[in-house]
Amino acid sequence: MQRLQDIAIKVESPEGAQASHGNALPILHEILHALQRFSTEGEQSCIDLRSLPFGPGDEEELLRLLGRGEINVTMDALGESTIWETAFSGVWIIDHRNAEGEPVALQIEIGPVPQIVFSQQEDIVDAIDRLEAQLNDH
Amino acid sequence: MADDRKKLSMTLGESLRQQGVSRRGFLKYCAATASMMALPPTMVPAIAQALEKAKRPSVIWLSFQECTGCTESLTRSHSPSVENLIFDHISLDYHHTLQVASGDAAEAAREAAMHENEGKYIVVVDGSIPLANPGYSSIAGISNLQMLEETVAGAAAVVAVGSCAAFGGLPHANPNPTGAVSVGEIVKDKPVVNVSGCPPIPTVITGVLAHFLTFGSLPELDALGRPMVFFGQSIHDRCYRRPFYDKGLFAETFDDEGARKGWCLFRLGCKGPMTYNACATAKWNQGTSWPVESGHGCLGCSEPDFWDAGGFYNALSIPDSDLTRKTGYVVGAGVALGAAAGALNRSTRAKAAAKHETVTIDDLDKKS
Repeated sequence: MQRLQDIAIKVESPEGAQASHGNALPILHEILHALQRFSTEGEQSCIDLRSLPFGPGDEEELLRLLGRGEINVTMDALGESTIWETAFSGVWIIDHRNAEGEPVALQIEIGPVPQIVFSQQEDIVDAIDRLEAQLNDH
Repeated sequence: MADDRKKLSMTLGESLRQQGVSRRGFLKYCAATASMMALPPTMVPAIAQALEKAKRPSVIWLSFQECTGCTESLTRSHSPSVENLIFDHISLDYHHTLQVASGDAAEAAREAAMHENEGKYIVVVDGSIPLANPGYSSIAGISNLQMLEETVAGAAAVVAVGSCAAFGGLPHANPNPTGAVSVGEIVKDKPVVNVSGCPPIPTVITGVLAHFLTFGSLPELDALGRPMVFFGQSIHDRCYRRPFYDKGLFAETFDDEGARKGWCLFRLGCKGPMTYNACATAKWNQGTSWPVESGHGCLGCSEPDFWDAGGFYNALSIPDSDLTRKTGYVVGAGVALGAAAGALNRSTRAKAAAKHETVTIDDLDKKS
């Protein structure tokens, strides 16, 4: 079945129309304050972009202004997630997709590394069990 | 059957681990669930802790006088997918459209679910209930009213999905030939959550169920029994076109310069100022767009009697400029005062309906 994202939709902006609705700049201010708090107090934070009333072009404008930094991470867990550091150190974008490639969450995380990238204690315990089992087989 | 029972007794965390889902996968699932429930990302650890221990509740879905649009909406829910919702979040034990069983076997499944989960199951209802004549809508020879009363008797809570179940909807429209009533008009001794909309936003339906699963309680409700987290603010207040309204820039027709530049659709009949829903943030079709973004005003489909509230293309009378501010304060103050916000909203709409005023340029000039 053809999915919505497979249909090529061409958006034509009329002459003089706004490319975005001005919602990117307030979010940039919020990011700046969050980054200052992280730098001085070590407080990490996260913004859910899906909860914001963005107009057409706002999300694209925000991502364009944030740019791309030095690190890209691909996570394959219940569908693919793409995580990248923006051009501003400490500001990360987390784009979670489900197994069908549809967006399920889009977040901005302020911190040294997004929490989900760290190895998780439960998975480490499971890894020890599996590694021991593998060694016992030899 | 034994496997099914074992799966039901497992917590969600155990069930996902058994399926080989890593902790990272689980945290991603929780991030999507938090986003779906309109909760801040800082709640993800608390959600993870609660979901880890949550057990799948049994859900019985009853469809009465409805068009199946609400189920269509739900099955296009994407975050997390409906498959995850049905198989991991809840145990959907009865649903006309989705279940394989039919006839006696289907009714037996409903009775078995009610018996095995006495006092703990959730009843989801879409569609209104005809009281004029039971013959207008019946299932397996059982009238809608009888089936609702019988099924709700042992339920923990009832979720009325869609404007038909929540407020009577289209069947209730004047002159209401079937004597259609909402679920809340019949069920008085159980908590009823109204998830209105025609249809409701899929993630709002799943968000309410996920809230019950995560916290074991129902979300805070407004005066019309709707979850505040999704229905706490008006479409108008969350609309990205709101700055154009504030500047007095309106589209006058669907193909004029204002329409092309994305100006406010108020004069084309947008009911955003009197409508409470999450369309402006949750959006539709995998977050692609929503009615106002695609150039059409809001119809007000999540409000009672929206079919009878005048023409879809008639502009509302000019809202009191203080309404937004008053509503903002009231909503912020919590559910008790939320009742006042609902009343304020209803009175404004009633005034608009009674006057059926349209807005002229002169009116706006006077305002500004």
